[in-house]
Amino acid sequence: MTLVLDNVCRKVGAETHIRDISLTLERGSLNVLLGATLAGKTSLMRLMAGLDAPSSGRILVDGQDVTGWPVQRRSVAMVYQQFINYPSLTVYENIASPLRVARLPSAEVDARVQDAARLLKLEPYLDRKPLNLSGGQQQRTAIARALVKRADLVLLDEPLANLDYKLREELREELPRVFAASGAIFVYATTEPSEALLLGGNTVTLFEGRATQFGRTPLVYRHPQDLVTAQVFSDPPLNTLRASKTGSTVALSTGGQGPAAGAFAAAPDGEYTVGFRAHHLGFESTGRDEIAIPVKVSLAEITGSESYVHLSAGEHRFVALVAGVTRLQPGAAVTAYLDPRHVFLFDERGRLAAADLAKAA
Amino acid sequence: MTKTLNNKAWLFVLPVFGIVAFSAILPLMTVVNYSVQDTFGNNQFFWNGVGWFQDLLDPSTQLGERFFDALWRTLLFSAIILMIEVPLGIAVALAMPREGWGVAFCLVLMALPLLIPWNVVGTIWQVFARSDIGLLGWAVNRLGIDYNYTGDPLDAWVTIIIMDVWHWTSLVALLCYAGLKSIPDAYFQAARIDGASRWAVFRTIQLPKMRRVLLIAVLLRFMDSFMIYTEPFVLTGGGPGNATTFLSIDLVKLALGQFDLGKAAAMSLVYNLIIIAICWVFYTIMTNADAQRGRVQE
Amino acid sequence: MARITLDHLAHAYRPDPKGPQDYALKEINHVWDQGGAYALLGPSGCGKTTLLNIISGLVHPTRGRILFDDRDVTDQPTEQRNIAQVFQFPVVYDTMTVRENLAFPLKNRRVPREATHQRVEEIARLLDLTSVLDRKANNLTADMKQKISLGRGLVRPDVAAILFDEPLTVIDPHLKWQLRSTLKEIHRALDITMIYVTHDQTEALTFADKVVVMHDGAVVQTGTPDELFERPAHTFVGHFIGSPGMNILPCRVEGATAFIDNERIALKGAYPALPAGERIELGIRPEFVQLQPKGSGLPVRIRRIDDIGRARIARVEMGGRALAASVPEDISIEGDEASLAFDARYVHIYADGHLVPGEEPGGNAQ
Repeated sequence: MTLVLDNVCRKVGAETHIRDISLTLERGSLNVLLGATLAGKTSLMRLMAGLDAPSSGRILVDGQDVTGWPVQRRSVAMVYQQFINYPSLTVYENIASPLRVARLPSAEVDARVQDAARLLKLEPYLDRKPLNLSGGQQQRTAIARALVKRADLVLLDEPLANLDYKLREELREELPRVFAASGAIFVYATTEPSEALLLGGNTVTLFEGRATQFGRTPLVYRHPQDLVTAQVFSDPPLNTLRASKTGSTVALSTGGQGPAAGAFAAAPDGEYTVGFRAHHLGFESTGRDEIAIPVKVSLAEITGSESYVHLSAGEHRFVALVAGVTRLQPGAAVTAYLDPRHVFLFDERGRLAAADLAKAA
Repeated sequence: MTKTLNNKAWLFVLPVFGIVAFSAILPLMTVVNYSVQDTFGNNQFFWNGVGWFQDLLDPSTQLGERFFDALWRTLLFSAIILMIEVPLGIAVALAMPREGWGVAFCLVLMALPLLIPWNVVGTIWQVFARSDIGLLGWAVNRLGIDYNYTGDPLDAWVTIIIMDVWHWTSLVALLCYAGLKSIPDAYFQAARIDGASRWAVFRTIQLPKMRRVLLIAVLLRFMDSFMIYTEPFVLTGGGPGNATTFLSIDLVKLALGQFDLGKAAAMSLVYNLIIIAICWVFYTIMTNADAQRGRVQE
Repeated sequence: MARITLDHLAHAYRPDPKGPQDYALKEINHVWDQGGAYALLGPSGCGKTTLLNIISGLVHPTRGRILFDDRDVTDQPTEQRNIAQVFQFPVVYDTMTVRENLAFPLKNRRVPREATHQRVEEIARLLDLTSVLDRKANNLTADMKQKISLGRGLVRPDVAAILFDEPLTVIDPHLKWQLRSTLKEIHRALDITMIYVTHDQTEALTFADKVVVMHDGAVVQTGTPDELFERPAHTFVGHFIGSPGMNILPCRVEGATAFIDNERIALKGAYPALPAGERIELGIRPEFVQLQPKGSGLPVRIRRIDDIGRARIARVEMGGRALAASVPEDISIEGDEASLAFDARYVHIYADGHLVPGEEPGGNAQ
């Protein structure tokens, strides 16, 4: 099926939760809703599910207007952040529960439950009660229950947020495979850019109830249309500064300057907001066209393989992500180098003005 | 959160409307009708306008005096009940264990008095407190205290109050206990680390977190005690004299004892309005507090 | 301010523990130096929160002692230990203002008004809470509330250590960055011992100078972030730290060569003393394995290439075993066949999960 949101808005009292969102989600696709808490992820999912009705706009399934249809009439399954299972039922019965409600013949129930259990590696635990399982297994059970229904639309609202880091990693790796085997439309809400990247598929970036961009996940990541999208889709946070281009040179609001190469080459003279990601800021000159920024180290965090270096330059604060262990002392004055091919330029309204499309990332 | 509209839902509500109309609105209309008329029996009624209401609200008339006496008595009773049962209920809730086998034991023990019908409670205490054969009455008298709830107004009051406390404190305690149980452990641990005294923990964590259930408990206990009828009726019948004649008892005396339907109807309407007014005050306090909290959390 | 010593500490939640399986926390000996920034890292159920609660005095250990400097505090209640703790979910006293919240621990200890006022202002400045000091604490966002919880710990000048129990769980990713650097700055400014419990390796590694990795009730390795990364003492550490974790493959070792299904892998040294009969495994991090065109190294089949934004990770298969490898920037591979190159300096050999030191070609054990 195809799910179309057509200029959907949702207001609650004086507050607008969803602002004029139009999306087309195709059968068999995985769609990530990426945004901070309160950006509208859950509100949007509730509209898709039919738990809430939009204040204006339409929702279409395969061309049919289903706006205002209650959730019972739609083919929807949902997985929540909390592990929601029936504590008194075994894992098997938990997974089977939507099929029992639908009064399917028990042979069919068994086949589907076994199928889902195999996909989610729950076979050894089918006889156990959910509360005797680890968090990861509990959430697998909830996901299996959502899949077994063979709903056309499966909504997952930050399903991994309550799991341990490693379990999250494990499930995140398996989920795309599980989704691919199903053929439903998957919608997956998350606050973490890295999760969106790992899941792939499509991404909708949400900010204050608006969908700022929708497209293939790596494309949205590499070619954000505006400053807000770039900020939503960056972790560590997007570094920004102001720059003005005159002829072949660029002067920065932080002090420092460089050649107007890379993204700047194609941009007309003027003032820009420059956005760049942490891993594009380094401390070693490559000798090629690059912009030198005088900065002060405020903190170095080492993760073993990489270091996050927190920097300040006047009013601006940056994070640089560099390979290896960097022993930069807090307070040290150093020069950071930025490759102009890896920056985004935004105009005063925050729209992308220029980027080196081949290289920007 | 607004729900998806479904017009069929109204159909399900319809029977309830019917029942409420039949059981509440129609009788109420009858009462309103009685309250503006006088009757001498034989189904003969005479228009009396707001006469009963004027008498009722004027303490210098016989009816008014009687009404206000009963009203003050009832208010005093409710005030005493709240002053005893709320702190006592909180104290009991605080003393109850938070985990282990003791929890179930305490809960059952607490629930027991709540399961006994009102008139049985009255009867139990009527016997229990008798000075000749009642265990309590006999024992107190043996201690040298002259105790007789059928003769002495103070003794009658004390008996009714103790009876009500015995019967209803556990309701307050159970509500408070539910409120206390919902406080995450981290709060108590943080308070210990902050060096808070037992009293500070109560004042800064437990009491604020119990506020909502406490308001419900106060509301319930106020309404119940303000409308108390069965237990004192069974125990003292409103006596000695009029010492324990609360509004509800007085109302029944007036309506069924003296068959003054008009006066009784007017009185019951005023009684009803007082209860609604006080409940409204409670309700506003509660919702205001909630609204403030709600705004805060967004 | 204090050095915290854990001396033969163990804890069981059951009243009469018999074997090691009954202990939620197996015997641990450790010294937390005054002023250090430590992290306790491990999956849920590994005993890290138990250990934290023992240090703060919320749990009394079954065996062993805790010393603050040289003072035995094992039997002292929490409130006498001068410990501050920040919990997973922010704890604020809702009825109080931010100022009253911060002043609360001082008020309980009867610190004079004037001194309290000054100290509260100072801590509020440090945590950037000055502008909200007179608002009700209940009004604020989760990260603000978490700062208040932290502030209540910092406000006591005599505090020996601050314990953090997964304090960033409820905080949004971009705010995590701010709060984490605030924590680090405070650590530098105030010279307080901080112990940070988490299951999130990034939080642990970025926060701490020394990370204690726990698994199944026991400490498996203590070290700096780069030590844990480059020389995991246990396959669990290799797996748990790093994303994706270390590749761990069963192997056979002869001299300075490891064999995986008859494929040869050069090692940096020889392992003459490998215990017989134990499970021998080779471990190498994906960062030190490079994907190459078919031919030059270990033959593998590419299952998938993950694009994580700043890098690409290849998921490959070698003789039925899954491995992760890093993909160099400018590489083009046709089809799904490729090969892997291992960086011999970072290939480690494990016997029954424990790192076995090899002999350098010169003959010294490294």
